[in-house]
Amino acid sequence: MTAETLSAPPSTPARRPLFRRRSAIPGFGVTLGVTLTILSLIVLIPLAAVAIKAATLSPSQFVAAAFSERAWAAYRLTFGAAFVAAVINGLFGVLTTWALVRYEFPGKTVINALVDLPFALPTAVAGIALATLYAPNGWIGQFLTPLGIKAAYNPIGVTIALIFIGLPFVVRTIEPVMRDLSADVEEAAASLGAGRLATIWRIILPALGPAWLTGFALAFARGVGEYGSVIFIAGNMPYKSEIAPLLIIIQLEQFEYANAAAIAVVMLGVSFLMLLLINAIQAWSRRFV
Amino acid sequence: MTISIRSVEKKFGRYPALNHVDLEIADGELVALLGPSGSGKTTLLRTIAGLEFPDAGQVLFGAEDVTFASAAARRVGFVFQQYALFKHMTVAKNIAFGLDVRKGAEKPSKAEIAKRVDDLLKLVELDGLGSRYPSQLSGGQRQRVALSRALAVQPSVLLLDEPFGALDATVRRSLRKELRRVHDATGVTTIFVTHDQEEALELADRVAILNAGRIEQIGTPHEVHDNPVSPFVCGFVGEANRFEGTVSGGRFTSGAVSFGANGVRDGAAVGFVRPHDLVLDDGGLEVRVDRVHVQGALASVSARAADGHHIEITTSRADAPRFSGAIKVAPRMSHVYPA
Repeated sequence: MTAETLSAPPSTPARRPLFRRRSAIPGFGVTLGVTLTILSLIVLIPLAAVAIKAATLSPSQFVAAAFSERAWAAYRLTFGAAFVAAVINGLFGVLTTWALVRYEFPGKTVINALVDLPFALPTAVAGIALATLYAPNGWIGQFLTPLGIKAAYNPIGVTIALIFIGLPFVVRTIEPVMRDLSADVEEAAASLGAGRLATIWRIILPALGPAWLTGFALAFARGVGEYGSVIFIAGNMPYKSEIAPLLIIIQLEQFEYANAAAIAVVMLGVSFLMLLLINAIQAWSRRFV
Repeated sequence: MTISIRSVEKKFGRYPALNHVDLEIADGELVALLGPSGSGKTTLLRTIAGLEFPDAGQVLFGAEDVTFASAAARRVGFVFQQYALFKHMTVAKNIAFGLDVRKGAEKPSKAEIAKRVDDLLKLVELDGLGSRYPSQLSGGQRQRVALSRALAVQPSVLLLDEPFGALDATVRRSLRKELRRVHDATGVTTIFVTHDQEEALELADRVAILNAGRIEQIGTPHEVHDNPVSPFVCGFVGEANRFEGTVSGGRFTSGAVSFGANGVRDGAAVGFVRPHDLVLDDGGLEVRVDRVHVQGALASVSARAADGHHIEITTSRADAPRFSGAIKVAPRMSHVYPA
């Protein structure tokens, strides 16, 4: 080190440590402390336990358990169906929210309550009901069969279940934002010569963007983790319509706890990365707020 | 573009917002719609814009009947009190929006749009801020963006709904001058709504005073201030001391206060005297001065007549020392209306 750098004055004034800054907003220590405690007890420690369990496998055993052909098929189905369902919910959810926020019509409160139903309904009930309806001889399935569409006991069935499960996440996240869009902004667009489509496409939907991404991410994450409703409608054929959570259960039933943990670790990792990516896109889309 | 409003009526439910409104606005004029809240001024402006549609009557732009034409078809520039900027677009994109949504041959080239945006940013003195987002601007800057966005489409008429309502006093004053300058530079027919009489009188070529869905009076700021046609206009435009009393034989009397009221029929009446029309006069009304408040070149004097009636007097700062203790004042000018 040279004498120059030693004698140079500190370039920034001394600052308090990050966690000791003075703030007029009370409760930083308490709230962060409680948050970390609960997150640890409920989320971090159990997830760490999964990782620790998986770590009892040797690397080759881990790869054999987590990346078998059957596991690959299960991942593809789980993440693929969750993604497709989230996209469909993303479109359908915007329309539903539009109808609920923009118009008054008889039965609106009932429809409003129906949207929340997937939150409350035991997922097994939903799965059995959907399977019964969409089975080839079910109420809806009987009309799809002549068209050559099989909507149950295959990946389409999985997607249908995940659409059901994910809808309220999209609707409830974009609803407050759509409610807050001021009529002024749309009137401004109209006075500047924008037609209705241009106003929707260029003004309203972009304004909903960040909230839409949140709803999409929530629906997607829920879809990845969903088990109860899917197993009744999926058919659960290995390599074809078997979701990853089911594969974990099957491993557990065979007392292959470490193998189950290995699959769980892969799902955790992928889910975490995808949510991180979505959050990053969201932060970017909020740059103007 | 001349604008004619012909016996326009508009009801919200059973509440009449506009009641047989007639208004002619000349090409290139700057007109203020002034009135208290609920007087129908905003409804009238929105009817001209095509954001509301009248129940009866006609709106004409030039010779063309646009009563039921959409806002888009009318090519109006509208500026909202709360700016209504597109938050997800940069300032430049906001201003370009009206040109950008045009289709086919109507749509200018990218270079033309960019040039127009640049010119407008210069016009409202925001050059260099084109790449900012609205959230990064102050209230005054946002309203300038809204103004240039409205001007970008070369509107046939520029409409502003309480454009300075959300801004603080200093910014308000500077933007007022700015609007006048922009109006003079572009020559676009401009109508703005305000409840601030000072703003209306300072800025407009003509002021229309609305009350309860009707136009009470329309005229130059001088006319409406000096020759108000009704007690409402007299009380709303400019400061005024209000007296309730009676007229008999061409003289208005209210307690100890009395002044001439030529041409007003005998009976109950209201009289108004502007604070600056009260001058020291040995033959006048005796009042006691409570308080003198000096503001710039003027002094406001709060006084009380023998019957307890509160009286406001405005005088020059130099004369203020003469207003103390018991003084006698008389009106130079007064307005009396039958009640």
